[in-house]
Amino acid sequence: MHLKNALRAGTAITLLTATSAFAASHATTLTIATVNNGDMVRMQGLTADFTEQNPGIALEWVTLEENVLRQNVTTDISTGGGQYDVITIGTYEVPIWGANDWLVSLSDGMAEDWDQGDLLPAIAGGLTIDGELYAAPFYGESSMVMYRTDLMEAAGLEMPEAPTWQFIREAAAAMTDRDNEINGICARGKAGWGENMAFLTAMSNSFGARWFDADWNAQFDGEAWANTLNFYLDMMNESGPAGAGNNGFNENLTLFQQGKCGMWIDATVAASFVTNPNDSTVADKVGFALAPDTGLGKRGNWLWAWSLAIPASSEKVEAAKTFISWATSKGYTELVAANEGWANVPPGTRSSLYQNEEYLAAAPFAQMTLNSINSADPTNPTVDPVPYTGVQFVAIPEFAGIATQVGQQFSAALAGQQSAEEALANAQELTTDEMEAAGY
Amino acid sequence: MARAISTNKKIMWTSLAWGFGLVMFFPILWTFLTSFKSEATAIADPPVWFLFDWTLENYTAVQERSNYPLALSNSIIIAVGSTILGILIAVPAAWAMAFVPGKRTKDVLLWMLSTKMLPAVGVLYPLVLLAKWLGVMDSRILLIVVLMLINLPIIVWMLYTYFREIPGEILEAARMDGASLRNEIIYVLTPMAVPGIASTILLNIILAWNEAFWTILLTTVDAAPLTKFIASFSAPEGLFYAKLSAASMMAIAPILIMGWFSQKQLVRGLTFGAVK
Amino acid sequence: MATQHSRAAARLMITPAVFVLLVWMLIPLCMTLYFSFADYRPMRATFEPWIGFENYGRFLTSSAFTSSIVTTLQMVGGILCITIGGGVLMALLLDQPIFGQGIVRILVIAPFFVMPTVSALVWKNMFFNVDNGLFSYAYKALGMQPFDFLSQAPLFSIIVIVAWQWLPFATLILLTAVQSLSSEQLEAAEMDGAPALSRFRHIILPHLSRAITVVILIQTIFLLSIFAEIFVTTNGAFGTRTLTYLVYQRVLESQNIGLGSAGGIIAVILANIVAIFLMRIVGKNLDT
Repeated sequence: MHLKNALRAGTAITLLTATSAFAASHATTLTIATVNNGDMVRMQGLTADFTEQNPGIALEWVTLEENVLRQNVTTDISTGGGQYDVITIGTYEVPIWGANDWLVSLSDGMAEDWDQGDLLPAIAGGLTIDGELYAAPFYGESSMVMYRTDLMEAAGLEMPEAPTWQFIREAAAAMTDRDNEINGICARGKAGWGENMAFLTAMSNSFGARWFDADWNAQFDGEAWANTLNFYLDMMNESGPAGAGNNGFNENLTLFQQGKCGMWIDATVAASFVTNPNDSTVADKVGFALAPDTGLGKRGNWLWAWSLAIPASSEKVEAAKTFISWATSKGYTELVAANEGWANVPPGTRSSLYQNEEYLAAAPFAQMTLNSINSADPTNPTVDPVPYTGVQFVAIPEFAGIATQVGQQFSAALAGQQSAEEALANAQELTTDEMEAAGY
Repeated sequence: MARAISTNKKIMWTSLAWGFGLVMFFPILWTFLTSFKSEATAIADPPVWFLFDWTLENYTAVQERSNYPLALSNSIIIAVGSTILGILIAVPAAWAMAFVPGKRTKDVLLWMLSTKMLPAVGVLYPLVLLAKWLGVMDSRILLIVVLMLINLPIIVWMLYTYFREIPGEILEAARMDGASLRNEIIYVLTPMAVPGIASTILLNIILAWNEAFWTILLTTVDAAPLTKFIASFSAPEGLFYAKLSAASMMAIAPILIMGWFSQKQLVRGLTFGAVK
Repeated sequence: MATQHSRAAARLMITPAVFVLLVWMLIPLCMTLYFSFADYRPMRATFEPWIGFENYGRFLTSSAFTSSIVTTLQMVGGILCITIGGGVLMALLLDQPIFGQGIVRILVIAPFFVMPTVSALVWKNMFFNVDNGLFSYAYKALGMQPFDFLSQAPLFSIIVIVAWQWLPFATLILLTAVQSLSSEQLEAAEMDGAPALSRFRHIILPHLSRAITVVILIQTIFLLSIFAEIFVTTNGAFGTRTLTYLVYQRVLESQNIGLGSAGGIIAVILANIVAIFLMRIVGKNLDT
């Protein structure tokens, strides 16, 4: 103990001399880790509004690309935390971290007018464990079909409000015009549990597939997964863009904005980007539809919310709650609306937003977003019963590691480096291995 | 150097060398140009070379979003600090190995190099736990020490190979004249060793500046250097090439400029015993 | 020649370096060793201090392990080939009398100053990207289908990126060696009418062998731990998962610290075998 204290004291002295210049601040300083998505960068830009209302709290932002953020935050929290006061995490992490007592419950202590009851039930449900809310949704999303109305018309087709996969595939083939760089369908192919596996897992639900049966046996050797993957590969090969195996959300967004996609099935938040005339060349020609199904009763749409949470190790819980109350409040929505217009407010978290006439008028995609979110069911995601929750993920700690490797198999199949059968066999083997290792 | 060279030949060599040089430099040049374009021009096909509306908007945008001065000063402090610390420890060691070689000298040297092979990620958790226990996470002193340690083997070796080339006879002569070890070091050897030390310092600064594993995982805000600064511009939504280029230029420009100005010093000592 | 006194002084001078490296080796490495025998999965709040060699067995028998070794060898080998081949050519070229030699040298060594994350991002997005990359524009301008480098030739793409960064280093060291070649010897050979190729084989190459071993040793040390380039470009997909990256996935993505630590220890052992092998060669070279 003596040695430890001496070491600490020694280090502290060195540190004091090294960092004294930066430590001379009286205000409570919150360190906030967040992803570099447009909505978060915008929030960072609006910091002044918060510090004006709360002069005692200063904000320090750590804005990182998603993978690097996850790397940093996960390392921190699994070694006892202490680096961040507010972290940005998703629907996948919240239940796991909350169950480990790594997060502070937000069920009380938030600002009076914060109004937890206004949160969309589907979104809030994913962030709640045993009745305690462990993270506040900053924006929520499902997935849906975004399509080019002009190309659809030129192909002589009409998009139903709730299309089937078969229709999507036929429409994609009809719209594809490779000489003019128009690809009928754009979808995620980049390997990663949050990239192609989000899309494929959600898609597989609508094909009647599932990750595990009730005894946690991997199901990639089943017919349903084979149907899913073959359909996906065939459709992408017929009508997808070149190099689809490297396309994630952002790559596809760029393609769509440049007019190179006939249809794109992805996150509902993309709707405001593709309809924004500043960034998108096709802003006035975009239509929306629900994610496709195959008539089995489940649609291929997911559910996700980027949410703000407080690590249990934070010593500034009060101030952190004040900040989260501000960032996820109705007031913040109005602030963004006043500065950037209603179409750019963070969507998908509050019922009140979808009753707001101004928002509904500015955002043609609002109703479809709400319908998509409401049609996702994380507690009952598949046709056959499963022991897990989560639509496009399985809420167990091992999932991220397994799904990234499975995603690499599927991505390699999309790139033509192996067949669908090989990819599925490999996926089955490695999933079984990992699950055994995890003690299932 | 009395070879007569025909002008034709010289022109041929010149164009070949310039060709290679430009190919090597092209990615940096392209990043530089892109950083002054608008996002739309940045992905124009066919690409636009020089005739576009040069704009500083990307630099302003990057500046607004992040604390560049802090990241820059952290990079400088960490790179220079770890270099100074490393040199202080490495010079005596390399010196002793070169001039008073013992039976085990070579083994010690080789052992030092082998510590460099430790895969960083394998010791990530131990190091993070250790840093947290000591309360030094996200501090510059931690990074200075860690970067010093991972580069120490390289600088010891580089100095050792350089010192070895200093002829021993000079030492003998000085000793004959009755010079003490101290005087020997100060008046005879130091002047001869300076180019090697200078070059080692430069190499170490470059290596420390560009280290992108520990600098990202051991920092949050206060000690975060430019390697972490760049991580917030890599793949956001929408078009980002121009802003990424601007951030990239801001991250590499200081070290690039330093490297160019000091390349003669760098080259002079960068032999690692490659020349007999 | 050394006196008792100076020997003692020498030992004193080496001590700090040995000491700090020993501490650096011992503390984190021992902790890693300790974890490698434990079932340590923080996400599950699991910590069981002794499970024997289970982690080692699991790591060594997984199919990912062998393929990661092959990938590592291919990647390091490929980069070494390009940088040494290119480095020799570049060094010989820069040794010729040319106009603006200083500027050319500056152009050639510039990539060495670029941080790995930046170069990986720049290459990935602005060159290799199949829709908006310069290479794709070039393919299209020539009337061909754009080639998707990062999924069709992922290993090659990463090799190109890393080789671009390390070519300057090889060139610089080899250039010093080329310049130390006595010109009389070369001229004599030229007088004798030896053709350029045989001059290169019999005089230049032997002279460079020492420099080449040095380049191989130093680069291998750095290349075995390549991380940022893979992380940024392919995330380990399409057969670009090296041993280092596999350990990373086990530790950070799967959050299985025990398994990852076992992988780390295995990587240390393998790296040291390579190191001993390499340093034998260099050590021999250093003696002569």
